Amino acid sequence: MRVSRACLVALLLALSCLLLGQAAAYAASLDEALAHFTADDFSETITGINDVAASGSPRAEIIIRALQDGRLLFSAERKAVYVKDESGKLTDAATGAPIAGDAPADVDNVRINNRLRGAIEAALGGLTLLAKDPGTRYDAAQAVFKSRRASALATLDSAIAKEQDASVRRAMTEARAAIILSGDKGSDEDKLAAVDVIRDRGDQDALGLLASLPPTTSVPVMKSAAAAVAAIKNRLALWEAVQNAWYGLSLGSVLLLAAIGLAITFGVMGVINMAHGEMVMLGAYVTFVVQEIIRDNDPGLFDYSLAIAIPASFLFAGGVGILIERCIIRFLYGRPLETLLATWGLSLILQQAVRTTFGPNNRDVGNPSWMSGAFDVGGITITYNRLWIICFALAVFIALLALLRFTRFGLEMRAVTQNRPMAASMGIRTSRVDALTFGLGSGIAGMAGVALSQIDNVSPNLGQGYIIDSFMVVVFGGVGNLWGTLVGSFVLGIANKFLEPYAGAVLGKIAILVLIILFIQKRPRGLFALKGRAVEA
Amino acid sequence: MLNPIDAVAWRPRGRRWLAAAAGLALGLTAALPANAEDTIKVGVLHSLSGTMAISETTLKDVVLMLIDQQNKKGGVLGKKLEAVVVDPASNWPLFAEKARELISKDKVSVVFGCWTSVSRKSVLPVFKELNNLLFYPVQYEGEESERNVIYTGAAPNQQAIPAVDYLAGPEGGNVKRWVLEGTDYVYPRTTNKILEAYLKDVLKVAPEDIMINYTPFGFSDWQTEVSKIKAFGSAGKKTAVVSTINGDANVPFYKELGNQGIKATDIPVVAFSVGEEELAGLDTKPLVGHLAAWNYFESIKTPANEAFIKEWHEFIKNPKRTTNDPMEAHYIGFNMWVKAVEKIKSADPDKVIDALPGTKQANLTGGVSTLLPNHHITKPVFIGEIRPDGQFDVVWKTKDLVPGAAWSPYIATSKDLIGDWVKLKCGNYNTVTKKCGGA
Repeated sequence: MRVSRACLVALLLALSCLLLGQAAAYAASLDEALAHFTADDFSETITGINDVAASGSPRAEIIIRALQDGRLLFSAERKAVYVKDESGKLTDAATGAPIAGDAPADVDNVRINNRLRGAIEAALGGLTLLAKDPGTRYDAAQAVFKSRRASALATLDSAIAKEQDASVRRAMTEARAAIILSGDKGSDEDKLAAVDVIRDRGDQDALGLLASLPPTTSVPVMKSAAAAVAAIKNRLALWEAVQNAWYGLSLGSVLLLAAIGLAITFGVMGVINMAHGEMVMLGAYVTFVVQEIIRDNDPGLFDYSLAIAIPASFLFAGGVGILIERCIIRFLYGRPLETLLATWGLSLILQQAVRTTFGPNNRDVGNPSWMSGAFDVGGITITYNRLWIICFALAVFIALLALLRFTRFGLEMRAVTQNRPMAASMGIRTSRVDALTFGLGSGIAGMAGVALSQIDNVSPNLGQGYIIDSFMVVVFGGVGNLWGTLVGSFVLGIANKFLEPYAGAVLGKIAILVLIILFIQKRPRGLFALKGRAVEA
Repeated sequence: MLNPIDAVAWRPRGRRWLAAAAGLALGLTAALPANAEDTIKVGVLHSLSGTMAISETTLKDVVLMLIDQQNKKGGVLGKKLEAVVVDPASNWPLFAEKARELISKDKVSVVFGCWTSVSRKSVLPVFKELNNLLFYPVQYEGEESERNVIYTGAAPNQQAIPAVDYLAGPEGGNVKRWVLEGTDYVYPRTTNKILEAYLKDVLKVAPEDIMINYTPFGFSDWQTEVSKIKAFGSAGKKTAVVSTINGDANVPFYKELGNQGIKATDIPVVAFSVGEEELAGLDTKPLVGHLAAWNYFESIKTPANEAFIKEWHEFIKNPKRTTNDPMEAHYIGFNMWVKAVEKIKSADPDKVIDALPGTKQANLTGGVSTLLPNHHITKPVFIGEIRPDGQFDVVWKTKDLVPGAAWSPYIATSKDLIGDWVKLKCGNYNTVTKKCGGA
């Protein structure tokens, strides 16, 4: 009741100045509430939050939001509480007026911890149920659903009566059901109706709520709740399979990105390139450098940083790849063991070079806004960054396929790898094609680094985590066949994600390795084995 | 113990010596020209290349800073201290070789070094055989007390147990359901064994309310694991995650928590391996409110800490560099060693070892740490919440300093053991059978 009256009064206050007398009364209780913040004690602060929320002052929301954002300050010496506004100026918390004179010397943040964050969200939920913005009302309803505070019930009822937006109204009804179920006042009919509402919500929060009904709940309600729990669990089990498939696709796309460059250098050229992971790492560092330059010069372009980083990393990693091929690998063709050792040494040199240049610590690569966040489809959450990475992996794959099939360079490349002397006698400069092919594979690895910088650590060790997986995918898919790499990475990704919930991450990985070994025994050339004379070349 | 990804573990065996060889070639063996009579040599055995460089390079710098400061004060016993820095290149067998080199060839009086438990175990036989002294600065899994090692990091009872107590209490949210999530190696497995026993026997948590889960080194695809945690947390009881996940794997883990909308107010994560240094390279806003348990935080305001941070920034010439818990451990250990040497007027490791127990040294957070007979030290325990700026807000601390227990009372095989190098001269004395030599 108090809260609803408070909110109404708040509205009226904003509209007219006729209620000055009453405002003074609220100001007095607000001052008392604010005094709790100067104690620098978590329990006192909680009392303060609840009292401010209950004070009915129009400043309540501003004060509690400031506390949430770490902008609420206090001075123990002057026993005063301040709100720091967006421009960094101190204002008196109770009145909102700028403070007179200098700021006190001992001003310090009102500290909060997790328990307080929960109380803040609950208080804000109660205060903003009648907000103008539907998004805020929705968040408020969710906060009330979590806090299940009985005091919000009256406000909730009036909010539901007024609510026009269907999704907000549903959230509010669910919040109301949550309060009724966790209290012991509601009648059995109310509670049974509430169980139905919660069952229809059908997510893990609903499950948590139904599993923790108070012991005073009557038997019929308990029975109905148990049935609802079973129904929700069935539904969730179904969605879990969909979710595993999605996670598998997502892991598969990461494997595909990491392996596709190797499918060129190892698969097509036959170079056992242990420095492949470091090309990925270089691509990630290019992303970091691009973002740093953008941050320093034109922060507005930040959302385009990845679009700039993709060609930049392709060119840089590709350039390094060509350099490596010209300086080292071309002397080692046909000597796999030496190539392995040389590229392994090279990978260590590259790692240490990056470590010396950028330091051993992880570098912070930001997510552009369009890659942050998630959306729900039915019972699963799809994160934007994973979705974009799947699209990107497929785009890279298609582009590479088109390059090999439809361009002159692709033709020359296939000719050289299939029959080098014949290609040479046709006038193709095979050594140039070798360099460019290696550059292409490295450049693609660099682009993979841009994508991986969004989900993994950008550290000198980034590449090491992917090199084994990449070889696994290429060998499993079939050496020299791009389609094999595509199918191989998605098969491995999905198999891994279906095994993981049962076997755990460690055993899951081992199981996948064992399966691949068995598979290779049966089909030594992988899923898509090359046939014909190309095999002998 | 806590270490960033160890991809070496994933590679064929044959490559280890390759890595070693390359590390040797790359590592800087900065042995300065020796003048044995005028200086006391201090060995620094921290990886400057390879996967562990991320954590250990800083510790090397701290020891150099401490030596530099001591020399400005006139050195020890009228002699200058001389640092001998070697690079074991994150390679465990190489740690043992480098330790032998430091002791036999360079004749150091003391060594400050190691980070992972496996590197400590690797050098242990060398220190025993050549009877030298190692200061080990990192929190670890316990179950060890050796004559030649001084453990200045936290034992499980100085980090893991207080953290669990905090979460189970009203301030931490009365947690009733626990996820023990760790990287698959010795430190998380031993710590989780202790924690599981503690949760079941002392806090009376039902077995179905504990989920233990391990992931490989450098794990990066956390989607399934996090949704498992989310499902486990939806049983209607307050749930928390106790994370012994290793350095580098933490970043994608926290990112995935944020992606799936798990906030610290819903399911808090308390980590034992995430400090200021680890947070330095990531966007900490989604992590606000998650917890870490340490014996030191950079944000703790004491005159000693502020002076230490200032000196560190001046020494490293970068005002942005953070300080962390193992750095403070080296600070305490180094000063204890100096005090013990000055007390007996000798830097002979054998004598210093006997003089060390009982040495007191003010730590950076306002208390005075004492070296115990079991070669562990007393430390305060702090629980910090991650702030948006990557520092920690201390939300809870122990009233007094906690003495480090070498052997956990919650594990059957070690509950009767104590370490005492003063009276009993034994690291694993069995109080039931009254014999030295373990269970």
